[in-house]
Amino acid sequence: MTSLTLTHARFQLLETVRIPIALIGSAFFPAASMLFFVVPFVGEDPVGSTFATASMVTFAVMTTNLFQYGVGVAEDRQQPWDPFTRSLPAGPLPRFLGRILAGVVLMTISLVPVVVIAGLFTAATLSLPAFLAALGTTVVIAIPFTLMGLAIGYSLPAKAAIVVAQVLFIPLAFGGGLMTPVGAAPGFVETVAPYLPTGSAVRLMWAAVGDFPLDATIVSTLVGWTIGLAALAVWAYRRDEGRRFS
Amino acid sequence: MMLARAIDVTRRYGDVIALDRLNLDVPAGSLIGLLGPNGAGKSTLVNLFTGLRKPTSGRVELCGGDPRDPASRVSLGVTPQETGLPGALRVGEVVDFARAHFPAPMGQTELLERFGLRELVKRQTGGLSGGQKRRLAVALAFVGRPRIVFLDEPTTGLDVEARRSLWDGVRAFHTDGGTVVLTSHYLEEVEALAERVVVIGGGRVLADDTVGAVRGLVAIRRVSVTSAVPVPDLPGIVGREADGARTHLLTPDADRLVRDLVSHDVPFADLEVRPTSLEEAFLTLTLPEVAR
Repeated sequence: MTSLTLTHARFQLLETVRIPIALIGSAFFPAASMLFFVVPFVGEDPVGSTFATASMVTFAVMTTNLFQYGVGVAEDRQQPWDPFTRSLPAGPLPRFLGRILAGVVLMTISLVPVVVIAGLFTAATLSLPAFLAALGTTVVIAIPFTLMGLAIGYSLPAKAAIVVAQVLFIPLAFGGGLMTPVGAAPGFVETVAPYLPTGSAVRLMWAAVGDFPLDATIVSTLVGWTIGLAALAVWAYRRDEGRRFS
Repeated sequence: MMLARAIDVTRRYGDVIALDRLNLDVPAGSLIGLLGPNGAGKSTLVNLFTGLRKPTSGRVELCGGDPRDPASRVSLGVTPQETGLPGALRVGEVVDFARAHFPAPMGQTELLERFGLRELVKRQTGGLSGGQKRRLAVALAFVGRPRIVFLDEPTTGLDVEARRSLWDGVRAFHTDGGTVVLTSHYLEEVEALAERVVVIGGGRVLADDTVGAVRGLVAIRRVSVTSAVPVPDLPGIVGREADGARTHLLTPDADRLVRDLVSHDVPFADLEVRPTSLEEAFLTLTLPEVAR
């Protein structure tokens, strides 16, 4: 990791920290969902609340990355500051890595309240190995959503990116079974969920934190989405020349 | 030695041709003013030289390489046409961010001192005035101790005093051997700074000469008269425009045209002679076949 990457990461974080409402926003929704939907309903049940917490973590991973990269990148491309940074003698890599590094930091911050609420107000428990497995899984499932965000951010103007991110996240969350207890989603959700990035991601999380059978479909779906979204993100980045007007 | 070259460069945006097989050489140590009306292709040319865009066809070189290759941009400084600064960041932080990209950058204090921004170091850029923002944007072009800078309308929105102090800075850079490519709407600005003027219109180089020669070329006057009969095609008319009963004639020699109008017994009233704007002069240079 070069110092230029750190410079870019620092730059990104400073911008976010100076307008802290953005940070609070991304941390608020998952935390509030925990308090309103998980704590009162399954808070007493150790297994149920552990799975529900895993779902919320997946939800937070998806939303922070989708919005942070999707909307953030699209907005940055629209700023006249962007052409200046692209004229500096550095390739795209430090910017890209710096942005992702900053993204991981912000995602972690938005996950902390979820985990704290789970620990304090629910019966959710996790052994140390399971916690570490969950931590590793979080990083793995963050990749496809980061790429999805980048693909949106680099291919759409900001106003369109906001709409697309908003239109995507509810069906992805619901269709993936993030909003419903394990195995209790409506029938069609149970059918399609394993083939969605959210569904396969949350199933991987469930398998990491509890007794949930992992099958090849889930893993191959997640790998497939990751490769597909990576290709889309790279394509979008390559054809980007900053703002475009026709 | 050529620091920048455009060779047969064409750039299209969809159906629009912004640059049309344009050629331009920028030798080391030169100070070139790019003049042209809006939409002439100036900014597109600057964007190609600074690696922001690719030519559709043809070749662009910067410091002997492809400007899209970051290594070619180590000796490059840029002030884009539009001032964009991350509003939440402080002046010092923005300068340090740019400095981090260069092998031997100018010190933060030295740079800010030079552009009269020293006291603003702790201010968030979003809180600066338009003129202060513009000065910072120009200062950022010099942060990496460049050999060549592209300043795209650097003094837009500056008051007279700030404009002159900026010109002094550009001149000092050039005196120390720096190469400058400057775009501007203002003939005055180009006259004050440039040695060589390149007039661009319709994506082509229309004129490439000394400041004096180009000034002569664009010193066109507009003679307006109200006349019941069409004004005959007198010598020296390079453009005409009808506006109801009023006719506007463009000519390099207004005195002669007025004398001719009188000697040809053209019945005219409300004679008005005024200098054309640079814009109008360019239009006559750009669209001779339409205007004449």
